[in-house]
Amino acid sequence: MSTDTSIKIPTMAELAARGESPEILFWVGCAGSFDSRAQKITLAIAKILTKAGISFAVLGTEESCTGDPAKRAGNEFLFQMQALTNIEVLNGYGVKKIVTGCPHCFNIIKNEYPGLGGTYDVIHHSQLIQELLDAGKLKVEGGAFTGKKVTFHDPCYLGRANGVYEAPRKVIEKLDVAMSEMKRSRANGLCCGAGGAQMFKEPEKGSKDINIERTEEALQTQPEIVAVGCPFCMTMMTDGIKNFEKEESVKVMDIAELIASAGEL
Amino acid sequence: MISSIVFILILAAGVWFFSKSVSKIIRNIKLGRDVNRSDQPLLRWKTMAMVALGQSKMITRPVAGFFHIVIYVGFIIINIEVLEIVVDGILGTHRIFAPFLGSFYDFLIGSFEFLAFAVLFGCVIFLIRRNIIRIKRFTSPELKGWPISDANIILISEIILMTLFLLMNASDQVLQANGVEHYVKAGAYPVSSLIVPLLSNLGTEQLILLERSAWWIHIIGILLFLNYVPYSKHFHIFLAFPNTYYSNLEPKGQFTNLPSVTREVKMMLDPSISAPEEAGQEPVRFGAKDVRDLTWKNLMDAYSCTECGRCTSVCPANITGKALSPRKIMMDTRDRLEIVGKNIDKHGKDHDDGSSLLYGHIKEEELWACTTCNACVEACPVNIDPLSIIIDLRRFMVMEESKSPTELNGMFTRIENNGAPWQFSPTDRLKWTEQE
Repeated sequence: MSTDTSIKIPTMAELAARGESPEILFWVGCAGSFDSRAQKITLAIAKILTKAGISFAVLGTEESCTGDPAKRAGNEFLFQMQALTNIEVLNGYGVKKIVTGCPHCFNIIKNEYPGLGGTYDVIHHSQLIQELLDAGKLKVEGGAFTGKKVTFHDPCYLGRANGVYEAPRKVIEKLDVAMSEMKRSRANGLCCGAGGAQMFKEPEKGSKDINIERTEEALQTQPEIVAVGCPFCMTMMTDGIKNFEKEESVKVMDIAELIASAGEL
Repeated sequence: MISSIVFILILAAGVWFFSKSVSKIIRNIKLGRDVNRSDQPLLRWKTMAMVALGQSKMITRPVAGFFHIVIYVGFIIINIEVLEIVVDGILGTHRIFAPFLGSFYDFLIGSFEFLAFAVLFGCVIFLIRRNIIRIKRFTSPELKGWPISDANIILISEIILMTLFLLMNASDQVLQANGVEHYVKAGAYPVSSLIVPLLSNLGTEQLILLERSAWWIHIIGILLFLNYVPYSKHFHIFLAFPNTYYSNLEPKGQFTNLPSVTREVKMMLDPSISAPEEAGQEPVRFGAKDVRDLTWKNLMDAYSCTECGRCTSVCPANITGKALSPRKIMMDTRDRLEIVGKNIDKHGKDHDDGSSLLYGHIKEEELWACTTCNACVEACPVNIDPLSIIIDLRRFMVMEESKSPTELNGMFTRIENNGAPWQFSPTDRLKWTEQE
């Protein structure tokens, strides 16, 4: 056992050098790679994949922004530059299946890369975790989460954009929590305010910030945990909870963190 | 005989003017860029049957949904009666369907009466919602003036038409009971019989005058209404059907990839690919500045919009006081398209009036408030897509004019330079593995 605290995650390049290729590529995403809070989500996903015995790898330094914020902001040039470069890398490794830790990466690779020559089987980590739980490759019990009040905030790019509403909920239900839905959920879910490149700019002039509106609604369910499935939602909801000075009593956690924590990974 | 001729002339004029208005709308819609929406016909028919015919998205709001279905069903079924009125008008007959249908005719007329009353009641409820309860989405700034009047005109017209219909039946049944010539005994009148006591003082001639007036004003009213609809938000009664048929069937998160951009990007990435020789072709504009840069489906969306405001009421930007309203995006698109259409009528095909949809109608501040969350698209009862217009206008600002908020320019630069929207080195992409 190595003495440093880091875990060993294989990269595509290392595997390729050994003539191997993994079952699935874990697309970490920029937030998952660089944002200190989102890094914890990435780690949780990696632990889950490892625990379930999935052969996976990451691109590491060869990964680059999918182009999502550029495309939603209207910069189709930059998006297509990023997409074509990424597709070249992915196709070079013969990637077939991708799991992403971010609904924006999930949406863009699944829906917008095929038209540019990159067709893969793409799933969001909540879907993969559900599959692993259903197949018995991963077992969790509620443990510390049993009976906790949890509400789930639908990410727009997972829910409305791609119709995935059940996977994250099924995963949460495995933890025997007391699930409580917000007034606006599933197809009616309210955005956290970060999509469409808003994450990278100040909001336009208005009477309120969107994440505050959403956090108020989440707090109405009197949750102990606000569950999210997107690193941008994580930032917005965490900021919102801080705004109401509730960070001691209400935790914002990604689906993957819930499962990793329940499984003591 | 004379009345038949007068009727035919009025009917012909009504239909002719209506078809002229419709053909102008079709021409305007065709000003848009091409987009293929003819794949998967089976799924398209199904979508239309569910969303337009079956009103599946209306009922997500139960009160409005219920009364809308009442008015919609009433409107469609009562049209069978209008068919009889038209045939009677042309032939100079009275209740010509009665002898063919027997007792089923009584059932039909009875049902029409219940429906007419239900429509009338629904319209009153809608007027109350708009003008007395003043539901928020009916009092937004973009509705000030004409759009508010438009909605009230439609509802009041329908109330008048239904009242005339019931008045016509009321006087008719008295004339039938009195055995007046020409008034064949036919029909059942469960609703209008309630008005009959009010007519007890009238003599036969006055009753005939009342019945004929109600009959004529009713049918002329319908023809006037028909000709009002193409100028109104009410045109959705026709366009809801094609508009849902031509719905976007791809996942809502999938935005179009611009092929014109793909060509240029491929040339940049691989200099061995040379520019295709397309002599005489004007370079395509990236994104949209004006209505003609949008697709024909965007333009059909604009004419299909009935300004119900469900989109705006679920828009996170609008809810939190930003300038963006998806409904306004659709209303602006239609207003601008109408102007462009009138310019073509007056000055010919290539007239430039110096204005455009972007800036002239829709401001940058509105467009930059959008989170692309698709709530507006999800909410629309006739599958209108305001988001694709917003994105195409953003594309024009960013790619043709380099006009984007400073922070976004920074984000673009960082993606270009270090492959991430934040200032981090690509060599640090595995740093997360060192966390514990």
